[in-house]
Amino acid sequence: MMIEARGLVRTFKTKRGPVQAVQGVDLDVADGEIVGFLGPNGAGKTTTMRMLATLIKPTSGTATVAGCDLARDPVGVRRGIGYVPQSGSTLPEAIAGDEVVDHARLYGVPKTKAIADGQRLFDELDLPGLWRRQCKTLSGGQRRRLDIVMGLIHDPKLIFLDEPTTGLDPQARANLWEHIRGLRDRGATIFLTTHYLDEADALCDRILVIDHGKIVASGAPEALKQQVSGDGVRLDLGDASRAPAVAAIVEQLDGAVAIETDGTAVNFRIPRGGSVLPGLLRTIDAQGIELEGVEVHRPTLDDVFLTMTGRSLRDEHTTPAETQEAEKQDDKQKETVS
Amino acid sequence: MSTLRDTWIVFHRAMRLSLRNPMWSILMLSQPLMYLFLFGPLLKPITAQISQGATTNAYQVFIPGLIVQLGMFGAMFVGFGLIAEYRAGVIEADRVTPASRIALMAGRVLRDVVVLVVQSILLLLAALPLGLRAPWSGVLLSLVIVALLGATFASLSYSVALITKSEDALAPLLNGIAMPLLLLSGILLPMQIGPEWLQRLSDISPLKHVVNGVRSLFRGDLSSSSTLWGLFWVVLLTIIGLTVGARTFRKESA
Repeated sequence: MMIEARGLVRTFKTKRGPVQAVQGVDLDVADGEIVGFLGPNGAGKTTTMRMLATLIKPTSGTATVAGCDLARDPVGVRRGIGYVPQSGSTLPEAIAGDEVVDHARLYGVPKTKAIADGQRLFDELDLPGLWRRQCKTLSGGQRRRLDIVMGLIHDPKLIFLDEPTTGLDPQARANLWEHIRGLRDRGATIFLTTHYLDEADALCDRILVIDHGKIVASGAPEALKQQVSGDGVRLDLGDASRAPAVAAIVEQLDGAVAIETDGTAVNFRIPRGGSVLPGLLRTIDAQGIELEGVEVHRPTLDDVFLTMTGRSLRDEHTTPAETQEAEKQDDKQKETVS
Repeated sequence: MSTLRDTWIVFHRAMRLSLRNPMWSILMLSQPLMYLFLFGPLLKPITAQISQGATTNAYQVFIPGLIVQLGMFGAMFVGFGLIAEYRAGVIEADRVTPASRIALMAGRVLRDVVVLVVQSILLLLAALPLGLRAPWSGVLLSLVIVALLGATFASLSYSVALITKSEDALAPLLNGIAMPLLLLSGILLPMQIGPEWLQRLSDISPLKHVVNGVRSLFRGDLSSSSTLWGLFWVVLLTIIGLTVGARTFRKESA
């Protein structure tokens, strides 16, 4: 196991009293996995990751990270991990190559090896000719890849990526995903946080869904989606008065669940929605009810999140303000432990 | 020892950044230079009076104040640089390395001390043609005092920066401390010429004793009581400053 955490709790003091940003997280990450921590902003993703990366102390709980005990041997943990923070890791005025070499030397990598490894990583991560450039002259995607070089320079077994593609354009995101997959092919274990559904879906072997500081679901993206029963079907009627009759027909269908009337539309879930639909449409037609439109969608991770929490991950504002506040406090707050 | 090696790496990086962008260091030096050229001459006719007959060389009175001021103010505002590094994520990136927490501070403080000592030497050289005369031993010991003072204020500035993490909080805080320190330290004019109550008030400020110590060093009194008091205070301040700094750097990460 690359990460084994039990009962991680982190409480922040805020003006309105203590907030439990992380409320008892257990997690296991095996060697060579790409595991994604999916949840809305303020769900406790970054706080959990910062605890695992030795940046803040857990209020309670234990963890073994990269073979070392988090509480007893934080320096050992630091040696074994690479951490790519959301905020970046290089000074805008500094020269990219210098930042990489100095960072490597803090890990005890000799200078000549740091230069050789750094330049090789620049090639691998598609940063050709940028070694002597000032960091601020790099594009957003290049800067992010430079951060990854910083995180990889001492050849860590385990890499933490905090919101790796936030703020990047779609092309740069897709490009970075390729690079992240490439890291796994080199034998590294990757633990990343994201609030993007497509990112978790495209990149991760396994997903841990976190909400309000608790893990609410975990599994491979496909398995998680299968847990959500069936496809979503939406029948658009154009007139609310027809809804009850249609809902009654839907109720007769085998396996239809979560039947809801939403204004002029009826939504429900059913296994193999595509094959049920022709018969359903005939029935509705036979009763002389007009339809304006039909939609069938395969379950997404958002449906998983919705099923687990009753909220959509797309509605960012649904995260309670005090929890978001607590994550911000995370940066500002003074440690009371040493 | 790995702390020393890490300190050297952090120092090396910080120094390189300072040398790449020397504008800030030059600007910091321009203030004492202006005092030297535009304020120093005013003291010439009254030197014997304000030094109570100890010297007639105006710059023996004034330069010690200016280099102490440089040591203090030059170092006091280094926290702003740390906040910029924090915002860029550099501090966080430093902290996930196994490097010694103390080294992360000490390397930066060392850079500040080197910059300050170089600035002080430049200031002394600029004062030579104006008529500054002082014994070598006294000047060297004074530079040591400036270095210690710089280390003190740089560590304190970094601590406050790391705790507040905000320029908006740091600026008024530093100005609020700097003003009374400057006025009560007798940097511009010796406190001895002031009224009794102001002298007593200034006794509270350790910096006054440091300035007086440096003044007697510039007169060649290496063992006078004001020299010894000055050294005592600067060493005490350094111990406090570095302890606070080291504790903050250790605490802020688990």
